[in-house]
Amino acid sequence: MKAFAKKQKTGLTLKKSGWNQRQRLLFWLIAAVLFLMAVCIGGMFLDEAAKTTDFSRKNIAPCLAYPFGTDWLGRNMFARTIRGLSISIVIGISAAAVSAVLAFILGVVSATMGKAADTMVTWFIDLVMGIPHMLLLILVCVACGRGLKGVILGVALTHWTSLARLIRGEVLQLKEQQYIKMARKLGKSNLYIAMKHMAPHLFPQFVVGLILLFPHAILHESGITFLGFGLSNEQPAIGIILSEAMKYMITGKWWLALFPGLMLVLTVVCFYAIGENLRKLVDPASAHK
Amino acid sequence: MILEAKNISFRYGENGREILKDFSLKADSSERVGLAAPSGFGKTTLCKILSGYEKPDRGQVLLDGKPLEQYGSYCPVQLIWQHPEQAVNPRLRMKSVLEEGDQVDPALVERLGIEKDWLNRFPVEISGGEMQRFCIARAMGKRTRFLLADEISTMLDLITQSQIWHFLIEETRRRQMGMIVVSHSPELLERICTRVIDLQKTQS
Repeated sequence: MKAFAKKQKTGLTLKKSGWNQRQRLLFWLIAAVLFLMAVCIGGMFLDEAAKTTDFSRKNIAPCLAYPFGTDWLGRNMFARTIRGLSISIVIGISAAAVSAVLAFILGVVSATMGKAADTMVTWFIDLVMGIPHMLLLILVCVACGRGLKGVILGVALTHWTSLARLIRGEVLQLKEQQYIKMARKLGKSNLYIAMKHMAPHLFPQFVVGLILLFPHAILHESGITFLGFGLSNEQPAIGIILSEAMKYMITGKWWLALFPGLMLVLTVVCFYAIGENLRKLVDPASAHK
Repeated sequence: MILEAKNISFRYGENGREILKDFSLKADSSERVGLAAPSGFGKTTLCKILSGYEKPDRGQVLLDGKPLEQYGSYCPVQLIWQHPEQAVNPRLRMKSVLEEGDQVDPALVERLGIEKDWLNRFPVEISGGEMQRFCIARAMGKRTRFLLADEISTMLDLITQSQIWHFLIEETRRRQMGMIVVSHSPELLERICTRVIDLQKTQS
């Protein structure tokens, strides 16, 4: 009875472990980064294993030797999933990076180069946002030729809009701050003001925006590959794995879709966790929690 | 040096109320001119115009007969803002705030009562009064010829107020720096200034 009461009491206190909120955030951040790195590095080594077919071991349900089972050609699904995810992550990173750079340049141009430039860029943002994402993505992909380049360009060209808007707003707001006007009257150059006053405000926003672009990029990449407009069939991309698995689902081979799907969700969640935790960590208002 | 506002008119936006109408003012380096008026009579607006933050719709601001904007990138007329917490970048240490001024004399910093260990702190980690001292020091760089003080002591306790005003009077006298002081308090203006202008009377 006494032990039970004691247990309840500790359950009620907010800090169960000795860690504060900041340390917990950091822990999850590092865990997510490690998971993604493991997937990436694993994918590099499993390239061969993902492609080898072996008819002596086809359609095996998940077991110890093949944790994710094997498919109708006897390919190791675990190797295929990891390899597919690592391709997705690489695509996600490059697409998000291109997209973020584009967003940064257009956002800054829009906010600093006068009214005409601003109208142009905002109009362009509205234009891209107005077209359904998937449609534009398919168009760009097909126009650039399918495959890795098309997918990366397609995702990059459709995802910069929201970040560009954010940066434009931030720069516009900063320009009106008293300390920036003051710096101008103290004879500081535009470059000095941009580096010393604006960069410390823009950088965290930019990095978090960049990281939160990854999951979108990955999901769209697998979506477009699933629909058949993305990567070619030989590559074990997650979208390909899922669309092939569709055909075998009705014959009871549930593991072909379940595990790759789960891993995709896990990867996306990891990226979100990194972005969100990083946002909380760099926010000075929560510095002492 | 003489700071002169010549027939200045100003309104915010296109259809705003005309806040300043044909306003003229002449101040000498040896003077400390007080500006008094109730809220909404354009005291802060006048300060912004005199220090080049806003352009008047009509009229000119001259320093020794030369338009203010011709003085190069460093403006010799410096404004100390009413709210120090808005006038410093929350992401820069106080050290960098001081460095932004024009070769601010270390002796001046010391006389303002700025302590060494404040320099490494961020603006959120010091009080408003301490921050205002930094803002004053920053505005009193080498090339500053005129100082505009827009309600700079309203948020300070009486002892700090008196310290800061004593310092400013002494320093501006020593460096032959003109000063224009804005305040709601007629007693304060009377005590500090050599001459007080009532905007309410000249404007209506």
